[in-house]
Amino acid sequence: MSVPLRATLPPRRFRISVTGAIGLALVVFWLAVTAVGPMLAPYPPGRIVGTDVLGPMTHAFPLGTDYLGRDMLSRILVGGRYTISIAFVATFLACFSACTLALAAAVKGGWVDAVLSRLLDALISIPSLLFGLVVVAALGSSIPILVLTAAVIYMPGAYRTARALAVNVNAMDFVRVAQARGEGAWYVMRAEIMPNMVLPVLTDFGLRFVFVVLLLSGLSFLGLGVQPPDADLGSLVRENLQGLVFGAPAVIMPAAAIASITIGVNLLIDNLPTRRVSRER
Amino acid sequence: MNADRPLVEVDALRVLARDDSGQERRIVDDVSFSIGAGEVVALIGESGSGKTTIALSLLGYARAGCRIAGGGIRVGATDVRALSAAGLTGLRGRQVSYIAQSAAAAFNPSQRIMPQVIESAMIHRLMPRRAAEAKARGLFRALALPNPDRIGARFPHQVSGGQLQRLLAAMALITDPELVIMDEPTTALDVTTQIEVLRAFKAVAREKGTTTLYVSHDLAVVAQIADRIVVLRDGAVQEIGHTGPLLAAPRHAYTQELLAAAAPAVRMAPPVARTGERPPLLRVAGLTAGYGGANAAGMPVLPVLRDIDFVIQPGSVLGVVGESGCGKSTLARVIAGLLPAARGSVSLDGEALPAKLQDRSREQLRRVQIVFQMADTALNPAHEVDRILARPLVFYHGLRGGALRRRIAALLEMVQLPARLGRHKPGELSGGQKQRVNLARALAAEPSLILCDEVTSALDTVVGAAILDLLAGLRRELDLSFMFISHDLSTVRAFCDEVMILYAGQRVEFGQRRALLDRPMHPYSDLLVSSIPELRTGWLDGISAAHLAEASGGIAAHAIELPCAFYNRCAVRVEGVCNLQKPPLRPLAKGAEILCHRTEQELLAAQSPQPAAVLVH
Repeated sequence: MSVPLRATLPPRRFRISVTGAIGLALVVFWLAVTAVGPMLAPYPPGRIVGTDVLGPMTHAFPLGTDYLGRDMLSRILVGGRYTISIAFVATFLACFSACTLALAAAVKGGWVDAVLSRLLDALISIPSLLFGLVVVAALGSSIPILVLTAAVIYMPGAYRTARALAVNVNAMDFVRVAQARGEGAWYVMRAEIMPNMVLPVLTDFGLRFVFVVLLLSGLSFLGLGVQPPDADLGSLVRENLQGLVFGAPAVIMPAAAIASITIGVNLLIDNLPTRRVSRER
Repeated sequence: MNADRPLVEVDALRVLARDDSGQERRIVDDVSFSIGAGEVVALIGESGSGKTTIALSLLGYARAGCRIAGGGIRVGATDVRALSAAGLTGLRGRQVSYIAQSAAAAFNPSQRIMPQVIESAMIHRLMPRRAAEAKARGLFRALALPNPDRIGARFPHQVSGGQLQRLLAAMALITDPELVIMDEPTTALDVTTQIEVLRAFKAVAREKGTTTLYVSHDLAVVAQIADRIVVLRDGAVQEIGHTGPLLAAPRHAYTQELLAAAAPAVRMAPPVARTGERPPLLRVAGLTAGYGGANAAGMPVLPVLRDIDFVIQPGSVLGVVGESGCGKSTLARVIAGLLPAARGSVSLDGEALPAKLQDRSREQLRRVQIVFQMADTALNPAHEVDRILARPLVFYHGLRGGALRRRIAALLEMVQLPARLGRHKPGELSGGQKQRVNLARALAAEPSLILCDEVTSALDTVVGAAILDLLAGLRRELDLSFMFISHDLSTVRAFCDEVMILYAGQRVEFGQRRALLDRPMHPYSDLLVSSIPELRTGWLDGISAAHLAEASGGIAAHAIELPCAFYNRCAVRVEGVCNLQKPPLRPLAKGAEILCHRTEQELLAAQSPQPAAVLVH
């Protein structure tokens, strides 16, 4: 009797498209900024160094100066770290807790699913910016509050996506096999279901990350985000808004920074390798 | 057109497919055959033999990643390869039409049937809507569909699978195409349903003189319908011949192999020497189960199994047979604890198994393992084979390190897979390999009883036969017991010691393996046995009228709640008795028990001891 064997598969290389490479480059760039940006800043971000307010790009000030004459490059390098680290931690919290709850809802079913889903449905119905405004107004603006607020706002949406994925995977026979073996709910969630929803969850993570960046920028724009003298990218746009009429780089550059982060993350997510071209270890 | 020329000619056809690494390889290589006007030619081969690719190329179509790289395709006066995109649109559905395997997927569920059936006539502007509808009704009648004047107003989900498949044929025939391609049109159907569909196809093809290309993996079905057979393997023609001679005296070795696999050898273990009375391994008593919660009487809202009793002896194999929806998979789920029973008991070695999974001990769970039909969904696609096999070893036996690795290697060897496959994920294995891994995982628990749910049904005949050989070998070596669920009687006959036949959740017959060979049997068993296509021409035309009537009657509504679920289809029913009183359990001399009001002599008189077809001729 012969067992038909496929010839050993050629090692698949990690291939990524051009747009994916652009996204990856932008993401790597911003991660580097988050890591070492403030060390590279030519001036202390809070010091007034220029004589010109809302000044043009010069050798001394490559991205111009802001409305008080501070160096824009230094401020963006520091502001980028705030925006990205707050958004990353908040998104991670949102997605991690959403996945855990979604897996529990899918595996346990019944009343666990019903209670979780209805509670989070209630939370999802609150407008996000309004919720942020109320929380920050009541508890004051600090970085932990901002992180938690963003995480709570985006958790129900992530839960919806993750639950839909988990319910589908939970319907597969291999989950029945694991249950018939006597495996506990935790093992089924962690080892059987989660690995089959990682990619869509990562996609969702990237989307939520972008939403959080925009929410933080929105809050900062309203003056409720990171407080002066510190500034994230959103606050940089707001404080230099008067420069818009002069076309000053001080307002264009932080806006471009926000755009490049969000576009970069989206391009990278859209080009994540699918399961069919899984990498060989 | 020259009368001597065949209607369809395929000449040195070559189709290339691009794989993951971008390499092109030939999936159809130098295939030539012809179909004369009014002739039925069958393409037969296993999956991957290129039969569907060839059939689609007659429509000028190559699936994504494939391209027709060489050769000629002529249908009537049309050179298919020379056609432009617009020309192909004119060809498809008009000159050449296609009947797909899954009628359920071929119909749009949100549209009524009639507009879909006449759609190609409308697209090609062949006739006004009224004329097309009248023609469709004529086709419905010719295809022996019930209510031919009104069935078009229904939605696809409102008709049965066999009816939908015939409606799909009407859709293909509405434009009077020169060539009809049927791609495995009855593969997804139950055997009793297959009979009426095949007969309808054949009658219409004969009446209209339709030229047909019939694609199938099932030689017995092809024997009934085809004039000539083209045997394919790995994209190349192995043998072409007229049906009768090809079946009687296959010349090519591969054709002989296919014929051998179609009539499987009996894989019996030598009868287990029963020293004294060993208690049964598994005893199921008065089992009733179903879905959708319990009503006031404690019965499930949707009952699936009713009052099932049976035992499995240590080291023996029980075959569970029945058509889709009869409750055979539900039975496996109840025994495995995945679905708690509403009533009745399941005991293992005399010890009652709790109904719920959570209440069973790890040892009880280890001793009963379930193997699902679809290895694709039964193996976690994210895990490597090694990890899939390691988990039960760690979970039940606490193995680790070197002992774990050695045991995994031994398991892979036991199911005849090379050890290096352990590093691959299921998605990289073939169907047969996946099913072997699926079995190896069950063996890893070192169970006493394995519940096999249609483990060979999704596989090609030859691959499935190899899996059966493996199971038979394992059974001898490991003293395993099996509950072997299948809708395929020949597989069950080849592998099982005892058989249980279910109809609509009722156990209509239970007995020794030969219960499936010797008459008398329960009227439903008789129908089932005589519905399996036989590997000879003329079988289909020789089916007795009584069996035809039984085959075309559908399962009654709420059949499980009737005293006898088979009452509405039964040819030997007794009005006033069968529909009112629960049938008694009647022992038969051949070593079986049936649920029937008829006596052994009455049944024997009604059922010919020979295959029914022989008497008719």
